[in-house]
Amino acid sequence: MGEVILTMKGIDKSFPGVHALDHVDLEIRKGEVLALMGENGAGKSTLMKVLTGIYKKDEGTITYEGKEVEFENPRAAQAAGVVIVHQELNMMSHLTVAQNIFIGREIMKGKLIDDAKMNEEAKKLFQKLNIDINPTEKMGNLTVGKQQMCEIAKAISHDAKVIIFDEPSAALTEAEIEELFKIIRDLRDKGMGIVYISHRMDEIKVITDRVTVMRDGTYVGTLITKDSTKDDIINMMVGRVIYEDPKTKSNVAPDAPVVLKVEHLNAGKMVRDVSFELHKGEILGFSGLMGAGRTETARALFGADKKDSGDIYINGKKVEINSPEDAVKNGIGYLSEDRKRYGCVVGKTVAENTTMASLENFMSGLFINKKKEEESAWKYVDALKTKTPTVDTEVVNLSGGNQQKVVIAKWLVRDCEILIFDEPTRGIDVGAKSEIYTLMNELVAQGKSIIMISSEMTEVLRMSDRIIVMCEGRKTGEIDIAEATQENIMHMATQRN
Amino acid sequence: MADNKKKSNALASNPIVKAIGGQRLIVICVIIALFAFFCIKSPAFRQYSTILSILDYSYYISFMAIGVTLALITGGNDLSIGTGMVCYALVGGFFVTKLGMPVAVGMLIVVIMGAIMGVLNGILVAILNLPPFIATLSTMMIARGLGSLLTGGLSITWPQASTADGWFRNIFKITVGDTKLPLGFLWVLILIFVMTIFLNKTKPGRYIIAIGSNKEATRLSGVNVVKWHMLAYIICGIFTGLAGIAYAATFQAIAPGTGAGLELDAIAGAIIGGTSMTGGSGSIVGTLLGVFVMSMLKTGLPFIGLQANWQQIITGLVLIAAVFIDVIRTRKR
Repeated sequence: MGEVILTMKGIDKSFPGVHALDHVDLEIRKGEVLALMGENGAGKSTLMKVLTGIYKKDEGTITYEGKEVEFENPRAAQAAGVVIVHQELNMMSHLTVAQNIFIGREIMKGKLIDDAKMNEEAKKLFQKLNIDINPTEKMGNLTVGKQQMCEIAKAISHDAKVIIFDEPSAALTEAEIEELFKIIRDLRDKGMGIVYISHRMDEIKVITDRVTVMRDGTYVGTLITKDSTKDDIINMMVGRVIYEDPKTKSNVAPDAPVVLKVEHLNAGKMVRDVSFELHKGEILGFSGLMGAGRTETARALFGADKKDSGDIYINGKKVEINSPEDAVKNGIGYLSEDRKRYGCVVGKTVAENTTMASLENFMSGLFINKKKEEESAWKYVDALKTKTPTVDTEVVNLSGGNQQKVVIAKWLVRDCEILIFDEPTRGIDVGAKSEIYTLMNELVAQGKSIIMISSEMTEVLRMSDRIIVMCEGRKTGEIDIAEATQENIMHMATQRN
Repeated sequence: MADNKKKSNALASNPIVKAIGGQRLIVICVIIALFAFFCIKSPAFRQYSTILSILDYSYYISFMAIGVTLALITGGNDLSIGTGMVCYALVGGFFVTKLGMPVAVGMLIVVIMGAIMGVLNGILVAILNLPPFIATLSTMMIARGLGSLLTGGLSITWPQASTADGWFRNIFKITVGDTKLPLGFLWVLILIFVMTIFLNKTKPGRYIIAIGSNKEATRLSGVNVVKWHMLAYIICGIFTGLAGIAYAATFQAIAPGTGAGLELDAIAGAIIGGTSMTGGSGSIVGTLLGVFVMSMLKTGLPFIGLQANWQQIITGLVLIAAVFIDVIRTRKR
């Protein structure tokens, strides 16, 4: 094992309402690949952002090459040799590879940019990495895999000593992953310290030397990869913590009719042959890691994205859903995970958003009956305890939780029988969260049925009557709440085909 | 809560508060200031005939501006309206003067052509998802060529006011006794009223605003966004047709290939009136006020000795000021 190059000790970081990192430790060694693992929201990305100066830590120390450091911003971290290769690639697709690599620090010849020299330098970088990319190629013409190689080249061009890979394999093909691993091993052998963030258990086993596990913003422990099994790691990830009042048994009557049946749904790469049933009065949880294809399944079902094949039955009758309009007509409502972009029209008022899906019920002849519209909006503001000064207030001025309530109101006004809640409590504070849970329970008690997509294990175990687990676009498990544990859900969620 | 309710109802039920306010109030002040300034500076400006000519100039720009306001509210644009208007007026006039059709039929043709162009723009933008700027730039070029082609490159003269068929000119300016009355202004006011109601009180109006504000969220609410997005462009086309009629009634002869640049006057009017370039907000009343600023400048500046080039420069500066106000307003959010 190499010597320690970077140590993070007792790192603490809070955001309003969230204790994101609770005295976390991390140790990076030269010539070693360290896996950083944890569930969604465990704090991996936050920790790396603290390290590279994107966030400021509240407490703790970072020691790099024997000296205590605190990077002001990613640029300072880069200059010191700590670089991060992001999951989302940051690049200008119309510029050449070399121009991208040297963006912001162009090589100059007098007052002019020296493109020839930059191409030459880029070529040297690629030679060092043993990869074959033409520096004068436009970035946009490269495959995602090659683009990632360019990011890596850019990273090492800063004389990197520590490189962090944030889920680098998410968008890569098998062959590209192989090539990536070759490069990572190469960099490791050159004595660099490497942090590898990934959800993919198999990759962790192949490429990493040690595994550090985080959970709920805390440091859980570190294992030697070759001495531990997949189960060891999963157990550390989910832990033995008792989450607050998980549901112990389903509240759905055994003879509850099937309101929605989805058969062999296919849509692109992220939805492959998904089938399931939703019963009346049920909360059906969809669990899985990021990129498991849950949102994509919901969107295909709702007609928001084109589906390739698959049948949808509502109350036993086959229906054609090719647009959100069709879905709404069939009594399905969808609360998007991304409220600001897809959930509400933030520049419009609470009242206008509330009636958006059912405007025809608020018409007096040709005209919108504003009085009726406002009355209805007030009714739901009162019922859902939405905090807004008036129904004339633009939604942009409300907090996340209250915006979510406005979106829920929209579908309640429409009287949808089937509601899809996609990450219903993301970015919402604790108080509003439990209000939304109460509301969901009331809705199913009234006989509505809910599909709840959630990346929070607590939420899934607390709200669902039955759980469907997805991994990489496939349904990898279905389990009654009575039998569900974090461990078996996590097992199914990491079951790659 | 109950207090809030009352307050919001009182505010909502007060149309004056909603109609005026913000940018529109500033624009009204600008109009008054400009008018006062020109009146003081030039005695000739103070005549009734000057007001008439301000109004004459404002009709066809107003119609175009009302239409293009809808396109702007969806977050788009329509550059085809200027040349389109002239093209439709040419073609309608061609049917009347060369083919001997009744004037009423010619007028109908003008409006129908506008509607067809609206459908075309709507297909390009709402269905094929072309950027509105490019789509309507293309249809603008098509309209320009088409007008010249159909009329063989010749100017068209719609029937003059003195002839029996010239009755259509009285729609906009009627002579009662010795005074000419700006009847066109009445039509503008009526259409402003109708379109304000349309935009704020009807379902299509609500959806058009919502599309401009957040098209995807609107679609996910189960709204047929393609249909309503298209409708905005079709209405824009119909208003361009109406503008074509007003244009034919205002000018003695219509030359093919002209009209380019007039769309910019209409768009500028809408922007000055507070319609957002990024979509999602706008007001028809504001657009009318904006058009008045434009036509006031066009008519007034020559009276104080500033010629065409200066008009352009000053109009440009006014536009910058108006857009700047919009930028500041959006930044505050």
